[in-house]
Amino acid sequence: MSTVPTGTNVESYRVIRNKHVGRYVAAVVTVLLLLSVVLAFARADIDWATVGEYLTAKSILTGFMVTIYLTVISMAIGIVLGILIAVMRLAHNPVVSWIAWLYVWFFRGTPVYLQLLLWFNIAIVFPRYGIPGIYEGRTVDIVTPIVAAILGLGLNQAAYTSEVVRGGILSVDRGQDEAAKALGLTGLSSMRTVVLPQAMRVILPPIGNETIGMLKTTSLASAIGATEILNEAQHIYLVNNLIIELLIVTAIWYLLAVSVLSIVQYYIERHFGRGHAAQTAGVGLLSRIQTVLGTSRRNP
Amino acid sequence: MSTTDTATSTDPLVRLEKIRKSYGSNEVLRGIDLKIASGEVVCILGPSGSGKSTLLRCINHIEKPSSGFVIVDEEVIGFRKDARSAGALRELKEAELARQRRTMGMVFQRFNLFPHMTVLENITHAPRLVRHVASRKARERALELLDTVGLKDRASAYPGQLSGGQQQRVAIARALAMDPALMLFDEPTSALDPELVGDVLEVMKKLAQQGLTMIVVTHEIGFAREVADRVVFMDNGEIIEQGPPHAVIDDPQHERTRAFLSRVL
Ligand SMILES: Nc1ncnc2c1ncn2[C@@H]1O[C@H](COP(=O)(O)OP(=O)(O)O)[C@@H](O)[C@H]1O
Ligand SMILES: [Mg+2]
Repeated sequence: MSTVPTGTNVESYRVIRNKHVGRYVAAVVTVLLLLSVVLAFARADIDWATVGEYLTAKSILTGFMVTIYLTVISMAIGIVLGILIAVMRLAHNPVVSWIAWLYVWFFRGTPVYLQLLLWFNIAIVFPRYGIPGIYEGRTVDIVTPIVAAILGLGLNQAAYTSEVVRGGILSVDRGQDEAAKALGLTGLSSMRTVVLPQAMRVILPPIGNETIGMLKTTSLASAIGATEILNEAQHIYLVNNLIIELLIVTAIWYLLAVSVLSIVQYYIERHFGRGHAAQTAGVGLLSRIQTVLGTSRRNP
Repeated sequence: MSTTDTATSTDPLVRLEKIRKSYGSNEVLRGIDLKIASGEVVCILGPSGSGKSTLLRCINHIEKPSSGFVIVDEEVIGFRKDARSAGALRELKEAELARQRRTMGMVFQRFNLFPHMTVLENITHAPRLVRHVASRKARERALELLDTVGLKDRASAYPGQLSGGQQQRVAIARALAMDPALMLFDEPTSALDPELVGDVLEVMKKLAQQGLTMIVVTHEIGFAREVADRVVFMDNGEIIEQGPPHAVIDDPQHERTRAFLSRVL
């Protein structure tokens, strides 16, 4: 509390703003640290011309496409199956609910790396697939590294997505489902057109993060020989020994893809925020990108 | 599903037969019997916790009664006559129950509009999805109904941009869009600022005058006195007394009714 003698004209006071010393100290320290990292890279024996050269090498580009492909397909499986499992988990039928619980228990309970190896070696357990006598074949013929990667990543993702979706569904006021049912909607159409669209507001931010996570987790597929970008980079540096250069090339592509995904996420979230204008209005794309990239200032 | 063998013009539109509902060991409804004629407006009064909401929710089977039957327009809600054994009732599949619910509109205390849809989409959603009404027709009907509730100019607004009173009027229009034979109102003005109550009651009065059958749970004694054909007083899961508004409100026969009215009047 400041004491202002009665009768003084408050407007005549000069305002002295806080100096925010901490911010300047933090900025200086950060710049120094960054400089030292940059210097280390500059002094290290890194052939930057090679980095530029390999950035658009054909095998790197195809590897990157495989990475994107794995991400998209695995997330698609993860989301569709995840919604299904979430709805099953919330079903009145106890058997259905229990199956969903068991699924999540298994796929969240084991490392995704192990699941990839399991799928890749599934032929040991199931040497043949199909309906005997009608339609069958050798499992090793269909479970290629890419197929094993999609199965492993997609089914694992579904377990995580289902928990996110379940939380989203439970966050929607019960009155919404009741209103829909009172209007003559079945439980399923109420879920599809009333509850889920609203749950999306809660579901999408974590799904966006998980997509970004998936983009990077696909690199584990290199361990089972899926020819995604890291695998391609490893193939190259095992031959020419330009390890750091190729890892930098790979990092650049990952950073690029993550940045693009962050922008896409912004627009999707805005779409599903429909009817909640107050929460999204005024947050521009630029400030959003700054937030994502960690470059935003908290106060203008 | 023809049951015309028992139907005559004097049959009530709604018949509640010994409705009981328990949550665990808590018996919330203790055998409610009620008949409501087509075009009748019945107001249900009673203290908080007496089971009024539960009764409404049992009528459209959002909540399943523990026992007893709800019969609307000669259809037993939630059941159908079993084809094989006479006198037996078979529980309905969910889709069939959903079809039965279309004959009953419901208006909630907290509006429960769909926040992700515009006013127009809120109203056209069920007719289009459930009754497969063509988009243009649904839209025309919705604008007509919005006109009835005095909100024609807010068709493209989102519920979050409307006042409580406006939201409740949209909710009424939304229920009416399914052309229900019966409307259930659960304290439609209890969540509203006092100055917004009048507009909503005005709309409801208009509907009553148009001959819509209505069951209204309310604390608005003035509305009940003016609009209701019959007032039902409930306490502790039972109907204590009922009759024309002047009889129940101005000359209650039971001590519990008197005690309740002395608190709200
Ligand atoms: N879903 C429920 N589970 C358990 N108890 C409930 C549930 N719904 C209502 N009740 C109980 O039933 C009683 C009657 O509630 P309600 O019908 O809402 O009364 P009113 O609408 O007259 O205020 C209350 O004691 C309430 O706690
Ligand atoms: Mg109530």
